[in-house]
Amino acid sequence: MKTESKLEKLLSQGHFVVSGEIGPPKHANPEGIKKHTALLKDYVDAMNLTDNQTAIVRLSSIAAGVHVLQAGGEPIIQMTVRDRNRIALQSDLLGAYSLGMRNVLCLSGDHQSFGNHPTAKNVHDVDSLQLIKIVKDLRDQKKFACGEELKGNEPRFFIGAAANPFADPFEFRVLRLEKKINAGADFIQTQCIFDMERFERFMAMVRERGLHKKAHIIAGVMPLKSAKAARYMQQSVAGMIVPDEIVNRMEKAADPKAEGVAICVEQIKHLKTIEGVAGVHIMAVMWEEIIPTIVQEAGLYPRPDAG
Amino acid sequence: MIIAEGKPLVEVAGLIQEARKVLVVGCGGCVTVCLAGGEKETGILAAALRLLRQKEGNPLETVEVTLTRQCDPEYVDMLEKYVTDDVDAIVSLACGVGVQFLAERYNKWVVPALNTKFAGGTVEHGVWEERCGLCGECILYKTGGICPIIRCSKSILNGPCGGSQNGKCEVNPETPCAWQLIYDRMQALGKLDLLMEIQPPKDWSKSRDGGPRKVVREDVRLA
Repeated sequence: MKTESKLEKLLSQGHFVVSGEIGPPKHANPEGIKKHTALLKDYVDAMNLTDNQTAIVRLSSIAAGVHVLQAGGEPIIQMTVRDRNRIALQSDLLGAYSLGMRNVLCLSGDHQSFGNHPTAKNVHDVDSLQLIKIVKDLRDQKKFACGEELKGNEPRFFIGAAANPFADPFEFRVLRLEKKINAGADFIQTQCIFDMERFERFMAMVRERGLHKKAHIIAGVMPLKSAKAARYMQQSVAGMIVPDEIVNRMEKAADPKAEGVAICVEQIKHLKTIEGVAGVHIMAVMWEEIIPTIVQEAGLYPRPDAG
Repeated sequence: MIIAEGKPLVEVAGLIQEARKVLVVGCGGCVTVCLAGGEKETGILAAALRLLRQKEGNPLETVEVTLTRQCDPEYVDMLEKYVTDDVDAIVSLACGVGVQFLAERYNKWVVPALNTKFAGGTVEHGVWEERCGLCGECILYKTGGICPIIRCSKSILNGPCGGSQNGKCEVNPETPCAWQLIYDRMQALGKLDLLMEIQPPKDWSKSRDGGPRKVVREDVRLA
């Protein structure tokens, strides 16, 4: 074990893990985060706290992580390189660790033009891959990004990275995943999977290169709430592929919400059979309360005890 | 070259509202090539400013001069004879460098008539595009001659990010993904293995940093 992370422990014990996601609010009241944590903590092994997702100002992921921890959940703080340079990123890593965070997901971050401050200056001092290496070097070399030795307690994070099998160029996606693993990623959370055929091809390439043995690959899923949501994901979200078949199913459904859950449960059951998939990450955006139902119906409840 | 584009006429007029006589100074360098601040544009701007002021019943006198370059003191000096006491302001149609060189040399109110955009080139007649981020430490040999610093919307050195789809950038469907271009080129050149190397964080101290950067060539200095 490299860290005190509960997520690492469960993964190393060979459990098929379940993670969820909580989007922090656009205000300073933490009640929603606490409520969602109470609702989810027995159904997921860890919860991602997004970092100003879609470049919209929200309560910070680290602060949200503290609320999750206090409410009994296992936080995974997301950290993008959009808003902070290497000084601020490392400072926040030290701070987050001191507050009990043990998992971090290193990301590029959505471009600021998508958010509510499109005239902001982005930072991108380092990229997500370089951030992975920074977190790893802090942990394993006790060194700051500048090479200076860290004297005292080092932050020992279980390091996450994202992979998107649905972005292009497809052939390079597995290689970039390999780069992230080489840089220090311990676990991977993928973009939402709708195109199962493409994901299967991706995983075949992953296995060919033995990457599933070097990092834990957690497959992303998203329950769809409506046909409109399905079409939106299909047409308007870059780096996302939603097959027509799924959109059609949502359109024909008498109860679209139930159909969305049914599709998600089928996907999870299928993902569980794919060699090299170590768990699922359920991104129920603005629909966190459906996660317990999905976890139960997918036969993933109760969750294992990390001891 | 440096690419610039004219500010709206009303904006420029607003910058010299108090002036009765202005020098309108063009530049024969980059801004002539990108059709923003050469002799022709200088004449057009001066005429437009005069017409506008005439319409407002507040006539403006203009003197138009186009220097070979505004970023070289030897040419900036040539403006001296036009900078008479009755000149209230100087309107520069150069890039930001030229505006500053004029302001440093002459004790007059100097205003920019252009917005300086980027270092780029002509991609088709009437269309210019950025190519260089002026980062101070060229890495084009690592990326097949395509600059991720300025052409990738996130300046990613280990790209592409998850927003690259069908060869386009997530930020704008018109913008090619720089990393798709890099990937295609490296593949065509049989050098994909180079992309597997993890690029370390960049030394931004070579880029915009503490104050203006300077290049000194002792071998060509006269004094």
